[in-house]
Amino acid sequence: MEKTALYNFHKNSGARFVPFAGYEMPIQYKDGIVKEHINTRQSAGFFDVSHMGQFFVYGGREIELSLEKIIPLDFKEIKLNQSKYSFLINDEGGVIDDLIITRVENGFNIILNAACKDNDIKEITKCLNSESKYELRKDLSLIALQGPKSETILETIIKGVKELKFMNGNYFEFLDKKIYITRSGYTGEDGFEISVPNSIVENLIKLLTDKNAKPIGLGARDTLRLEAGLCLYGHELNQKINPIQANLKWAISKKRRETGGFKGWENIKKDLQNGVSKIRVGIKPAGKIIAREGTKIYSNTGQEIGVITSGTYGPSVNSPVAMGYVKSKFSEIDNKILIEVRGKRHEGTISKLPFYKKSYVK
Amino acid sequence: MSEKKYSKKHEWIMLDGDSATVGISKHATEMLGDIVFVELPEKGKSLNKEEKAAVVESTKAASDVYTPVSGEIMETNQPIVDDPSNVNKDPENNGWFFKIKIKDKSELDSLMSQPDYEKFVKDNPN
Repeated sequence: MEKTALYNFHKNSGARFVPFAGYEMPIQYKDGIVKEHINTRQSAGFFDVSHMGQFFVYGGREIELSLEKIIPLDFKEIKLNQSKYSFLINDEGGVIDDLIITRVENGFNIILNAACKDNDIKEITKCLNSESKYELRKDLSLIALQGPKSETILETIIKGVKELKFMNGNYFEFLDKKIYITRSGYTGEDGFEISVPNSIVENLIKLLTDKNAKPIGLGARDTLRLEAGLCLYGHELNQKINPIQANLKWAISKKRRETGGFKGWENIKKDLQNGVSKIRVGIKPAGKIIAREGTKIYSNTGQEIGVITSGTYGPSVNSPVAMGYVKSKFSEIDNKILIEVRGKRHEGTISKLPFYKKSYVK
Repeated sequence: MSEKKYSKKHEWIMLDGDSATVGISKHATEMLGDIVFVELPEKGKSLNKEEKAAVVESTKAASDVYTPVSGEIMETNQPIVDDPSNVNKDPENNGWFFKIKIKDKSELDSLMSQPDYEKFVKDNPN
């Protein structure tokens, strides 16, 4: 089991650890998931996401053309320091992983899910020509600072971060080192992702906690992203689901939706033209009933129409929230459905996403 | 009132005449984290010792609550259904789950005293 550079910090902060993608990661600290969640929405919290892969590919136009085979973005359109959410696509159009890619000097930085990163790197490097340079930066930690007070807190530590626009990044100075920060995150809040050398990550965390930012575990990360209607790989996304079914058409560049030229294009083109048979939706169970992953979904006439992929209690909306896939003709917002929990069918509604309104800085 | 006893599945039970009050231990609530959903048995339902009686859910997962003795459900604690955080606030008192009419008092003999339960928790941290 691997540990991040902040393992001792987590331990000393009362973390409860769980094995996650081969890492020992904090699921929660002393405050517990609900308080950590609320604290992120109302103030600021930071997450150690150093288990995620920070992968760099270096080169010019030739690597863009290589990456375009497997990532459905129009790379010419990505400006220096601009980040984009997208995917690695397989031959059938299924999602190998979802990722954030940022154009940096001399290449691209790609943030990969921890559980997928080894396979992702195989898939990416297969597309690159043999002279291309790439590296997985295990010497860097990744800290996500999220919540409405993130800007004020980080600006007092690192001057200039407040100038960053959402989904943009830049280099900043921290303890005489050049570090890369993007304005992004995965909670539905304003915030930053800070890539910082392992050797000084504890210094950064000390300054964040001095400013009253609280450590947040994977438990609250999950409730936050679910309220924000964001997909989690392995739940809403997998190799058998394509981005059109996942209702993430927007994450394929407009030009690529028209001209294709990436893996799985034939299937994706078909779904773009004819519509999909099943689609990702938000689901609000009635009352307090929680519909977990794997819960079957029925139409109100009793026909099985889909399955829940994530479900929990949403602390900020103070009700259960879920996402899942249903047959497209049942996917209309406000459509009544039934969900089967412990052998009993309960009412629910197809809900628009996000459940909790985002507050990103444009 | 008699002594509070504990099961290996982290329920507590307090005998009062022919009936008893059942809930989940403070240790159990600490392991579960924030409780966000509670489902209680129907009144009048007969259950056997160690049969599933209730469900609690945290933000992470659902867990079953078992009855430590056989009997008939007499009363359930609606306030923990209306606001499940009441279980975390006072698990071994106001956060009780149900009252059960006990069928066979000798079933209580196999349960643990408080000091024994504390030792059990220490030896079985998860």
